[in-house]
Amino acid sequence: MRRLLPLALCFLAAPVAAADMNLTVEIPTLKVAEYHRPYVAVWIEREDHSVAANLAVWYDVKKASGEGTKWLKDMRQWWRRTGRDQSMPIDGVSGATRPAGQHQLHFTDGKAPLGTLAPGHYELIVEAARETGGHETQRIAFDWPVKVPAHLAAKGTDELGQITLDLNP
Amino acid sequence: MKQLFVRAALAAALVLPLAAQAHKMWIVPSSTVVSSDDALVTFDAAVSNDLYYPDHFPAQLDNLVITAPDGSQVKPENPWTGKVRSAFDLPVPQKGTYRIALVNQGLFANYELDGQKKRWRGKADELKSGIPANAKNVQVSEMASRVETFVTQGKPGGDALKPTGKGLELVPVTQPNDLVTGEKATFQLLLDGKPAAGLKVTAIPGATRYRNAQDEQDTQTDKDGRFSFTFKDPGMYWVNANSEDNKTTVKEAKQRRVAYTATLEVLPQ
Repeated sequence: MRRLLPLALCFLAAPVAAADMNLTVEIPTLKVAEYHRPYVAVWIEREDHSVAANLAVWYDVKKASGEGTKWLKDMRQWWRRTGRDQSMPIDGVSGATRPAGQHQLHFTDGKAPLGTLAPGHYELIVEAARETGGHETQRIAFDWPVKVPAHLAAKGTDELGQITLDLNP
Repeated sequence: MKQLFVRAALAAALVLPLAAQAHKMWIVPSSTVVSSDDALVTFDAAVSNDLYYPDHFPAQLDNLVITAPDGSQVKPENPWTGKVRSAFDLPVPQKGTYRIALVNQGLFANYELDGQKKRWRGKADELKSGIPANAKNVQVSEMASRVETFVTQGKPGGDALKPTGKGLELVPVTQPNDLVTGEKATFQLLLDGKPAAGLKVTAIPGATRYRNAQDEQDTQTDKDGRFSFTFKDPGMYWVNANSEDNKTTVKEAKQRRVAYTATLEVLPQ
């Protein structure tokens, strides 16, 4: 409890700071013969499909000699839009694959990896690709900056579950 | 003269439908887009009826030319030629686009010997020894064909697709390893390094075995040799163009046939 308190205070203090994004990505529990955790990429595209921010890339980082990068191209939209321009791992963006469940991500305006988005219309994209499994992409459109808190959502059907995007001015 | 014309037309009539239905030569990679520098791609190459099922004859690997993104020529690993297909492996350590091509150049001849029709195929320096001195009605044609595919590690680019200036060649406007369904893909065809205008270009999706029609799409190159396709379905596509002229490099040959074939992969959106 003593530990929690300063943290809670931090959160209370947060609204004073810049706008932020809270993202929840659900990886569904799948009953399949051979389960591998999905590779997942989260990024933001401008209207012309150029990439405004790379938010998360979950892949097999533990494999010897970077062998996990072999399957990055299976997140083919991400790979084409931005992945192939990156050198892995990406600081503060890439990390290990995650198990089934809800995963919370928090991004702050002006801070990496979100940075500062110019005012405009954007899409947040979540792409999942699973070894010996499926592939799914979900998109959530939003406008930036946000004037009033917005709760946006998308629902995956196979490789992704509920995705929620909370935007706070 | 009239007779000659008739004969030429007949010959063309005989050759053209055959050419249209002929076996297709191809080279198909196990992946076209790879994301790690220790990736390895394996290839099949054959002449077949169906795309991409080896069912007829192996492609000969003698004239395999592999160009790395830095422009250097690289050798395949484990090249093998069986009864109906050839295969080889290729590590792709460099970032950029690799060009993997079967570049064939040769002569073929029709002649008569003791009243019997004969055919000969070979290289220019073998022509004299290949056809008997007493052969009659010797007709020699030259052919130049390029059958190729592309693999990209990381971001497309590099020097591998610089034209050589010989025969029919493809120049990317859209990168050949950056094709997705529903987006227009544009390329340029060059003949001996110059825009090949007014050529018919055909694209046939692979997996012909599992459908009743060829489902071919045709288009034509414009004055700059450019052509475009918008591919509806993902998969491997066989893209082909042919031309004929009299720009032979061997004096015995009156006619030259040039052909270009690419295997292109289109990914889903």
